This record gives sequence, structure tokens and C-alpha cells, in this order.
Amino acid sequence: MNADRMSSVANSFSEPASPQPTLKAPLLFISVLLIASCGLIYELVAGTLSSYLLGDSVTQFSTVIGVYLSAMGLGSWLSKFLQRGLARRFVDLELAVALVGGCSAPILFQAFAHTHAFRVVLYGVVMAVGTLVGLEIPILMRILKDQVRFKDLIASVLTLDYVGALFASILFPLLFMPKLGLVRTSLLFGLLNASVGLWSTYLLQSQLGPTRLIRLRCLAVMALLAVGLGFAGKFTLAMEEEIFADEIVYAKDSAYQRIVLTRGRGSFQLFLNGNLQFSSADEYRYHEALVHPAFGLRPDAKRVLICGGGDGLAVREVLKHPSVQEIVLVDLDPAMTDMARRQPMVRQLNGASLDDPRVKIINADAMVWLQETSGPPFDMAYVDFPDPNTYALGKLYTARFYRLLQRRLTDDAMITVQSTSPLMARQSFWCIAATMEAAGLKVRPYHLAVPSFGVWGFALASRRDFDVPTRVLPGLRHLSDEATAAMFAFPKDMDRVPTEVNRLDNQVLVHLYAREWRRWS
Amino acid sequence: MKRRSFLAASAAATLPIACRRKPEFPFQGALVGPDLPMGHWLRGGAFPDPERFEPVSVLVVGGGVAGLSAAWRLVGAGLDDVRVLELEPEPGGTSRSGRNHVSAFPWAAHYLPVPDRGNHAVLRLLDECGVLEGFDAKGDPRFAEEATVRAPEERLFAHGQWWEGLYLRAGASAEDERQYHAFFQEVDRWAAFRDAKGRPAFSIPRSRCSDAPEARALDGLSFAAWLDARGFSSPRLRWLLDYACRDDYGSRLDTTSAWAGLFYFAARKQGPGEDSRPLLTWPQGNGFLIEHLRQACGTRLNCGVMATAIRQEKDGLLVTAWDAVAQRRIGWRAKHVIFAGPQHVAKHVIDGFAAARPAAARIHNAPWMVANLTLRARPQEPTFPPAWDNVLRDSEALGYVVATHQSLHDYGPTVWTWYRPFTGPDCEAERARLRALDWPACARMVMDDLRPAHPDLEGLVARLDVMRWGHAMVRPAPGLIWDPDFLALSRPFGAIHFAHTELSGFALFEEAQDHGLRAAEEVLAGLGHPTSSWR
Repeated sequence: MNADRMSSVANSFSEPASPQPTLKAPLLFISVLLIASCGLIYELVAGTLSSYLLGDSVTQFSTVIGVYLSAMGLGSWLSKFLQRGLARRFVDLELAVALVGGCSAPILFQAFAHTHAFRVVLYGVVMAVGTLVGLEIPILMRILKDQVRFKDLIASVLTLDYVGALFASILFPLLFMPKLGLVRTSLLFGLLNASVGLWSTYLLQSQLGPTRLIRLRCLAVMALLAVGLGFAGKFTLAMEEEIFADEIVYAKDSAYQRIVLTRGRGSFQLFLNGNLQFSSADEYRYHEALVHPAFGLRPDAKRVLICGGGDGLAVREVLKHPSVQEIVLVDLDPAMTDMARRQPMVRQLNGASLDDPRVKIINADAMVWLQETSGPPFDMAYVDFPDPNTYALGKLYTARFYRLLQRRLTDDAMITVQSTSPLMARQSFWCIAATMEAAGLKVRPYHLAVPSFGVWGFALASRRDFDVPTRVLPGLRHLSDEATAAMFAFPKDMDRVPTEVNRLDNQVLVHLYAREWRRWS
Repeated sequence: MKRRSFLAASAAATLPIACRRKPEFPFQGALVGPDLPMGHWLRGGAFPDPERFEPVSVLVVGGGVAGLSAAWRLVGAGLDDVRVLELEPEPGGTSRSGRNHVSAFPWAAHYLPVPDRGNHAVLRLLDECGVLEGFDAKGDPRFAEEATVRAPEERLFAHGQWWEGLYLRAGASAEDERQYHAFFQEVDRWAAFRDAKGRPAFSIPRSRCSDAPEARALDGLSFAAWLDARGFSSPRLRWLLDYACRDDYGSRLDTTSAWAGLFYFAARKQGPGEDSRPLLTWPQGNGFLIEHLRQACGTRLNCGVMATAIRQEKDGLLVTAWDAVAQRRIGWRAKHVIFAGPQHVAKHVIDGFAAARPAAARIHNAPWMVANLTLRARPQEPTFPPAWDNVLRDSEALGYVVATHQSLHDYGPTVWTWYRPFTGPDCEAERARLRALDWPACARMVMDDLRPAHPDLEGLVARLDVMRWGHAMVRPAPGLIWDPDFLALSRPFGAIHFAHTELSGFALFEEAQDHGLRAAEEVLAGLGHPTSSWR
């Protein structure tokens, strides 16, 4: 410790006394190019990430760039207070940028998922990276000032700074984002920053004194970032990026589930606990099929209950029916309904349906809500839960659930239940229908193709006998009168199979479902 | 000098503050009933008579399952002149329950196996409660889905993780599996047994069981000896059976009669080769049934009243009692008394009982500790998901039941009911041990027990309340169940009739109910009240 400080003092005294004619100026200019690219990448990462997570990209990019540039200004101003041991300070600076900038994307994702102070963290990180980056160029110029004439120095440094920025701004959207994603890109450029640090220990060796410790530090930072990069698969978000194949634009651990939004190939997708809930490319097929056949039979329905469906997409379809006066949406997770109301991509997709004055959102476990509350009856019910892959979800497909549901409906109300794939999980699909029948319902199942899910099925039910609907609202994207009637025909490989009834005390559906889907995963 | 003494005084004054330790747990709780001092006060003896004795046809002493069932039967027969005295502020005995802002929860008994079609009394009760939905094509009863234990029913914590079911299949050897199946074949054999009169060897309640010598012979040896004799040595199997003994009887393999050990399994079989009967449960456990019986009793139930003496006089039974609510002595003159308390209390209360019925001393009750943990949130569960009954294999305790499992609340706060029987051979010594535990010692015992499975539990507990049951469960020790002197304890003592699960030799809701109905029907017959049996 003491010896270290002594050497640093000795070093700083020696610097101005002996200008170094042996500095490798042209090679140092390459460092300028690299650090300029890194600096811009961090800025782009922060801007992209915040506009994905918070929406409103104009505001996000403007504020991130503004904070970043002003922080760079702050850094440049602060550089004058660094007087001695500039070479050493430069290496340290590179390592600091490498760490803060390199880890910025993982830090920000985690902050968004686990804290309520995302903006504080965002602008804090942007400020820190900007300040550090702002220090880089002035210090490098001061190191080079005795080697190169001032006019050449300023020309070269600024040229390379701007060229580096150009590289970064072109490669970021075309190469790094699609191939690596935000987390890996930021870690990779952190690594690049650290290697500039290491490389500088050779270029600036003559100014550094003993370099062993400094290089060790460089190697330690590089190792840390490399481990982060290499083990990115272990890291939740990076792992999810691998699973989801597309860029994660929103991720949140709510009290109930993990909500992830990804974007890629011209569409975006919602995942709950890793299970796809919809893709914006073909969700209209799913939601039109969920909502409109029942309305074909009850075109005058006024009060509509939706259990699940917190994404607001079923609500969007229901609102197309002018008879509807009130929609009660019961979804477990306030984080989900909040996201559907606020996240710009989702809000655009659902047409801000959840903010319609006719819509009342209740955040509760639908089964507990049905069991413990009462109110005027509904004349239409949609049951749109995730597939029954846990016991907590399985209970929402039991005879008891359908009995509780009927207590809240008018005698001739229609019920539509999303009931997984009749092709991939044939027994599960028919188990749901059999369970609804055991609860005293007449059931007519139907199916259609939803490319991102596969062949998907629903069960249309009522306490009274009813015929297959043959009319739907005109002007839909997928459903026509003919297509609606056709959905109710089951080809041989999806036709009814005998199954047990799913009850609270056996939960057979959870076991069936797990067994059937295992074959496809 | 002065200054020094001042310093010493101030040091002494701050000492208590300095010594006040940080609380051991980040949550609160208390020891709650039963009223030990009041119960033990009985032993003091010599109570003066009250000013007057109010006449009543039937006085039921004890408001547990047996007493409430007796009153339910009497009232059901149209007899109105009935009083039930319960010493505790709440009725129910070991079927009591509690409730807080999170959930209702049991304080002891928490389930009922689905009754077979021949168990008329339980079917009648469940029908009244709205739980019996009807009968299937075979004539077997069908029960409401919401009252049948919701899947998953049980899980076991072993080797650092949770597994589905109570029997640990993972890592079982071929020999373990063979013995497991051989044991249940033996159970099936007994489930299929019928004596000359067509009675099964094992049925609930036990009054329907055969008294054939080959079945009764099982009571002559311990369950451990029976297993040894058949080469059942698999540690997994023996753990399961020992767990069953601890759970249902508060005893161990070597202190449980082989008859009782087999009864546990064979009496619950739907039929040979079939599964055990499903269980009925409610968030408040059997408190659900108590609530119904209590309503049936109406204002005839007097809580906080302790019968202190019962003596036979020429013109009826004189019952002296202490009303702890009104703080006064009261008395009744009853034609019949149904004594629905335990036998160890009878000897203090009933004049001449101790001398006349020495066999009562053969009844030994295991003490239990029950804790209710109110959790703000649920622990992280990376392995098999929470079940209704959650058992830790390497534990003296029985694990915990989740009150919100049946009420379908799968998220947020919950209540866990944790059970621990004290299974040492000497009940008296075990009772003294339990009595000596204060709240922190109890809380430490609970938290230490659960920590291996839930290391993050402490921060989630909002409250931990403990009930210490001195006499929770009669132990079916070898030789008790078919002992003629023991069986004779069920017979009336003059106009005093006895009803208690103890009289069956093991503690079950159905047994308590059966004794309650039997005693009530003895009384109805004695009063010349025409009636047909509900049993």
C-alpha cells in the first residue's frame, strides 16, 4: 500500500520532467477510434433499452442523449483536476468505463425487473458512463500533446472520434443488436474498453512505471466481463434471450409471474413464465376466434365477463360489439393489466381497450373472486387463462370453476373457454370439454390455426342447447360466416377421446397436459 | 464518594436497558388455551353447593365432538330440555378452529375420510352441512368437490427437496418396493375380511368392526412386533407406518397395537385393491363440522362453564358447576347426564367413579403441540409445489397443513398449522415436558423444525400462536382396544352415560360422534322416547 503510493508519487513527478519521445502515437489514435465506438454504443444501449422498457422512444432517446452529452461535458471539465500520472489514470479510466458501461445493460434490465426506481438507475448509469467517457479524450489528448503538434492532434483525435461513432452507429442496429442483443453487446464493448486499457499499458509503458499490478487489474476486469459474456446463458435475461430468440424489450417479475415482451421479425410477443401468450403477427386470429362466435349466438349481450385476458386483446374484440355496456375483466396480476395499459406496443395493439370507460379491471384470482363475491349476472363469459401447467392454473379448469362461473351468469349466457391445442394436447382439450359437461354445460368445441401456437382450440358452452354459430360480425380480419361454421368440424386426428373429469381433488388435467406437451418440447 | 455512588446508581439504572435483549424472533405470538389452570383447579376438590339446582332432562358435560353430537341427536329426536356445558370459551374440543384476517385455520383435527355408505351418522351430518351431493349409480355417496382435499394432497421433504406423496419412491430399492406392496396386500387381505355375521375386521366407527378372535388377536402385540414377525424391515415402509401412528395416535410403532396400526389403513380402503378413501377438509379443519353442530345446539350450549361435581341423589343427578363468565356457582338437577369429557376428568367429578372403574386409569393420552403460523407471503418453492399436507421426513413433528389450500387462495398471505405429538413412552413425563415450554421455546421448536425445508421462513412469519394440548389423543396401546374392562367403560354409571372418542381407544371424529349418538340413544331409551337409531 505504502510502497504503491510512493511509486505513484515518484511516477507523477517524473512525468513532466521527461517527455517521452518513444510514445506510439499512431497506435494511440486507434485507441481513440475504439473508445469512441464504445462510448457511443453505451449511449445507444441505454437509449434503446429505455425506449423498449418505457416506451416513447423520442423522449427516451432525447433524454438519454442529453444526459449523456452533458455528463461528457462534466467529465471533460473534471479532467483538468487530474494532473499527475495521466497514463495511469487513463488505464484506470478505461477499466472503469469497461465495468460501468459493459454492465450497463444487465444492470438496467435488473433494475427494471426488481426495483421501482428504474429511471433513477437509468439516468445514474448514463451519467456515470457519460462522465467517464467525457474524461477519456481530454486525458488522451494531454498524453499525446507533447508528441504531436496541436493542430494535428486535434484534427486526428476528433476525426477518429467521429469515425468511431459512425462505425458504432452503423454496426449497432445492423450487427450487434440482432446478433447479440443488448446485454451481450454492452458486455462485449466493456471487454473492448478493458482491452484498450490493457493495450495502453504497453503503449504507455514508459510513463507507467511498474505495470505488473496494472495489467493484472486489466486482466481481472476483462476476465470478469468475459465470464459475464461466456456465462450469459446462466444469466436470466441472456438465457431468456436465447429461449425467446428475439430481443427482450420488457421484462418484469411480478408477484405472480414473469412477464416478458420480445420483439423481432416484424412482430412482438408476450410470454408469461416463458410460455407464449400471443404474437402480434397472428393474435387477431386467436382473439377473433375467442370472442366472436359466442356473439354470433347472443348478438345483444350487454354485460361481459372476461377471466384472464389481461393483455386487453379480447377486450378489444368485445368492444367491437355495440350492444356491450359493461366489461368486467378479472385478471390476477396488476403488473399485467398495467403493462397492457401503459406499454406502448401492447397499448397500440389492444387499441387502449383497457382504458375504455365500459371496462372495469379487477385484479384477483378469478376463481377466488367468483367464489367470494356476488353481483348482477353476466350474459357472456370468456375464460382465457394460460394453459394448465401448474396446479394453481389447473384449478381454473375444474368442474368447480365452471359451476362457480355459472352462478354469475344469466341462464342463457354463452361461455367461451380457451382450451389448449386439440392436436398437440388432444386429451387435455377433450378433458376440458368433458369437465364443462360434468358441470352441467352443453359444449361445442371448435378450433383454428394460429401459426405461432399451432392448431388451437376453444370450447363454446351454455346451460341451454344451442346450434353452431353461423354468423359473425362483418369486417373481421380472419373470421367470416363460412370460416366460423367450419371451425366446429373436427378432423379425425383431433376428434373426441374419452377422458376423466378434471376436479379439484384429482387435477387430472395438469398431469395430462404435462404428459402430452412433453412430446412436443 | 457521592459522585461515585451516583455513577453506580445510574449504571444500575441503565443495566436493565442494556440487558434487554433484541427479541429472538421478528414476529409475535402467544400461548393460547386450553385453560390449563381452570382444568387443573378441578383436582382441588371440595366445592360448596350452589344456592339452587335448576331442573333439566339431560345435561351434557363437555362440548367437544362427542358432547355436541349427543346434543345434536337429542335435539334431532325432538328433545328440547337439554343443556351442554363446555369448560372452554369455544366448543369443539380437539376439533376447535380459529380465524384471523388471513384465513380460518384448525387448532387440531383437520380432516374426515369420506364415509362409506354404511356410516349413516357421518353421512347424515355431511348431508345437513351440504357436503353430501348424492349417491352414484353404485349407491356410493358423492361429495362436493370443494370439500374434498384439493390436489396435490401430500408432499414429503427429504434429501433437501419436496417430493409428491408421503412414501418416498425416489431411491427405493427393489426390496423396499416389494415390502411396500406386500404390506398393502396384507392390508387388502384385512380389508376383505368378513366374519360369520358379515362384519368387516376394520371399519369406521369401530362399533361396526368384527370381534372375531383372529382380528382381536392383532391387539395382543405391538405394530412393530407384527411387522417384525412378517419381515417388514424396509426403513421407508417403517417410516411411513410410524408416521401414521404418530399422526393418528400420538404413539410409535412399538407403543401402538397392531390392530390399531392395521385399522388406520384397512378401515379407510374403499375396497380390497382400491385406493384409500379421499379426505374431506375445510380451511378451518373439522371446525367446519363443529360450527354445524353448534348451530344445532343453539342456546343450549353454555361455554365457560365447568362441571365440578356430579352425584346421584334420590330425585336425580345433582350437578355442580362453576360459571367462569359470570363468576358464580350454579347447579342442575338432571334426569340423565351424558358425561362427554375424558375419563381422567370423570374421576375428579363423578362421585364414586374412581373406585368403581379402575380400568379408566389404563387410558393414556398423548400431549400435542399445535402451532398456527400466519405468513405474510409464501416461501420460494423450487421443487414439488405446496400441497395441503406438507411433511418433513427427518422430523419429530408431523409437518404442516396449509389452511388456504382448500379455500383456493394460492397467492399472498396464508396460515400454516404445524403439528407435533409428544410420543415418548411415558405420557405423564411428556406432558410435564410440554407444560414447561414457554412461548419462545415453542416458537424455537417450530422454526427449527421447518428451517431445513424453508430457510427463508422466519422473515415471512407475521405471527406464531401455539396451543399446548395436554391430553390430545388416546393412545391405542397393545391390549387396550379389546380389553373387556376398558370396553365396559362405555356402559352407563347409574344415570350417567359416557361419550368420548377415548372409549374407542383412539381419537377420531367418527368415534366421538358414534359414542355421542350411542349415549344419546341410551338416554332417549331411558326417557321412553320412541326413536330409531341414527348409527
